[in-house]
Amino acid sequence: MAEKMTGAEMVIQALTDQGIEHIFGYPGGAALPIYDAMFQQDFVKHILVRHEQGATHMAEGYARSTGKAGVVLVTSGPGATNAVTGLTDALLDSIPLVCITAQVPTTLIGTDAFQECDTVGITRSCTKHNYLVKDIAELPRIMHEAFRIATTGRPGPVVVDIPKDVQFAVGDYYRPDDASLRHQSYRPQVDGDAKAIEAAVDLMLKAERPIFYTGGGVINAGPEASENLRELAELTGFPVTSTLMGLGAFPASNPQWMGMLGMHGTYEANMAMHDCDVMINIGARFDDRITGRVDAFSPNSTKIHIDIDPSSINKIVRVDLPIVGDCNRVLEEMIRVWRSRTNQPRTEAIAPWWAEIQKWRSVNSLGFKNSDTVIKPQWAIQRLYEATRKQSKDVYITTEVGQHQMWAAQHFHFDKPNHWMTSGGLGTMGYGLPAAVGVQVAHPDALVIDIAGEASVQMTMQELSTAVQYRLPIKVFILNNERMGMVRQWQDLLHGSRYAHSYSESLPDFVKLAEAYGAKGIKCDTPAELDAAIADMLAYDGPVLFDVLVERDENCLPMIPSGKPHNEIILPDTAGIGDIIDEKGKMLV
Amino acid sequence: MNAHLQPTGSAYFLTQETQQIERHTLSVLVDNEPGILARVVGLFSARGYNIESLTVSETEHGRRLSRITVVVTATPRVLVQIKLQLERLVPVHRVHDLTAEGSAIERELALIKVAGTGEHRGETLRLADAFRAHIVDATVESFVFEVTGKPDKIDSFIALMQPLGLVEVVRTGLAAISRGKESL
Repeated sequence: MAEKMTGAEMVIQALTDQGIEHIFGYPGGAALPIYDAMFQQDFVKHILVRHEQGATHMAEGYARSTGKAGVVLVTSGPGATNAVTGLTDALLDSIPLVCITAQVPTTLIGTDAFQECDTVGITRSCTKHNYLVKDIAELPRIMHEAFRIATTGRPGPVVVDIPKDVQFAVGDYYRPDDASLRHQSYRPQVDGDAKAIEAAVDLMLKAERPIFYTGGGVINAGPEASENLRELAELTGFPVTSTLMGLGAFPASNPQWMGMLGMHGTYEANMAMHDCDVMINIGARFDDRITGRVDAFSPNSTKIHIDIDPSSINKIVRVDLPIVGDCNRVLEEMIRVWRSRTNQPRTEAIAPWWAEIQKWRSVNSLGFKNSDTVIKPQWAIQRLYEATRKQSKDVYITTEVGQHQMWAAQHFHFDKPNHWMTSGGLGTMGYGLPAAVGVQVAHPDALVIDIAGEASVQMTMQELSTAVQYRLPIKVFILNNERMGMVRQWQDLLHGSRYAHSYSESLPDFVKLAEAYGAKGIKCDTPAELDAAIADMLAYDGPVLFDVLVERDENCLPMIPSGKPHNEIILPDTAGIGDIIDEKGKMLV
Repeated sequence: MNAHLQPTGSAYFLTQETQQIERHTLSVLVDNEPGILARVVGLFSARGYNIESLTVSETEHGRRLSRITVVVTATPRVLVQIKLQLERLVPVHRVHDLTAEGSAIERELALIKVAGTGEHRGETLRLADAFRAHIVDATVESFVFEVTGKPDKIDSFIALMQPLGLVEVVRTGLAAISRGKESL
């Protein structure tokens, strides 16, 4: 049923039809008709941000924590260019976003008009797809197609650029079905090849040193995929590790969990990846932070790779058995095939493997020397984790980027998917605070904490004002070492300890800053007072900026140096290396 | 060039690529819509792939489909990536590696302007005849030839015209189609 309305009304109607209750945006000249249409309805609620980058990260947090598309609305020119970082972030981490950018009227496009930029040109390489809508007749189809493309297959950001005259134009609104969408070329493959899945199970049934290496694809495939991963792990008895993006898909409290792998992953996860005989990669993409040196990556394993994106297959690491499909569908099918072959996990056959993993575990690679006088950042996260476990609320964690992010991944433990929001692929400092705002919008009763660093958090600090405006009680837990810790660490290890511009000078007083924004500020620099201060933070019904002054020069370990194989991992000096590695190996550690 | 070609993937420990570079002709079937060419070309520049030749035109007006013929040079691993990355683009229907799938028919058209008087003109015409080049424009001081064929045939013809008064050349880029009754 077609209905006459303006382009601006169509945008709001399409959002309503897609069930989008919250959007994140910032008005401007070219976007005024859409804002006007939004003003005259109640379903779509708008969160006014302080900077468009904030809007994109909020939408990412919203999307990641709900599984739905996050929606951004910005104006032309600077509105669009400010959104580019968040769009790129969403592309690399496969987060479904629909970003509506207003554009100057079609008659002015190409004339260097006020607040004009080539939005589709600029965003072409940082979106899954983008559109410039030149004809009102195309708008309803494009709006709905944008959601379909953003949320299906490998999810990602989609930009819809709408000139102001198209927003004013009147046309017929309709809700297209999939068959009437223009791009019949877009057909993501969701069902894995049945023969390949059987072959995978056959390999798993013969495995003696197997490992599940899981990634963000399991999270993106929905909560059922995490359920199925748990079931398959239980059926097989195999150990499980995960990338940064996949944390929470498998419960950290499960004995089969080995911790995160990769550059700052646990010793047991990385050694098991190196020595395994069958690797089952589920929804991960062999990122360089995972593989280390590619030609020394897991040299003796048969590799199975499940991914919905065919271009991920053999991109970095050559695999033996690719399965293109949705992680959930493939996992369901693997479970069915496994059950048809056996009722037993391979407990006995892989007992020696587990014994080896146990030895690696006993190294305690996440160990650190605690202190009575200085707050160790790892310990601060452990105390935060313990405090949140006592909360009755659902707990969501976002992070910025750097050492604190890795420490959070190592020391905060996740038992549920969609509760961990971090910028993995792009590594965007400034992601965490706005992402926390987005999560809190989606889950108003939850406890949402941004584990931050003092350098990162200043990149998008202004969004604290958004949190205050909408009474979003986010907690910003700043591990303040007065350093860009990860940069300093690399300079320490690889650049002769020449600390070029990696320290934070002239830091604000975060307590006063919080108060200036109308939030609560807390500061703590004494280990003995930390628990009480965390309790204060959690008890406060409103946004909190918590400045935790931590050890300044702590290195984030373990670490596989860039370009090194997994078995050349640097361990903390607290590690009980014992007789597990030989003299030659010790030289490398 | 491509970070992923290096086994270490790290700027701290560089190694050399060991795979041989190959030249392949890809045929890409796409929706003909604004920006599609920019999308395809942008993908090549963004990911550091090399384009040797590119030919684009709408080939099915009813369904608004265009065929892009692109000649690329890359290692076998990267060639597979190029195909898969192109197929990720929303308006791309199919990508065929015509070189990998067997000997495709490859043709190019060139327009070649040669100026000269006197005995050079006779020699120019004899060579043009040998290459089956057609005269599409003639003045008392110049010819424009149209020549079609494989790119190396056109290269040879241009090289022969060089001393005879070659003025300018324009080439269409490669069009390629597979042999036999199958279509893309």
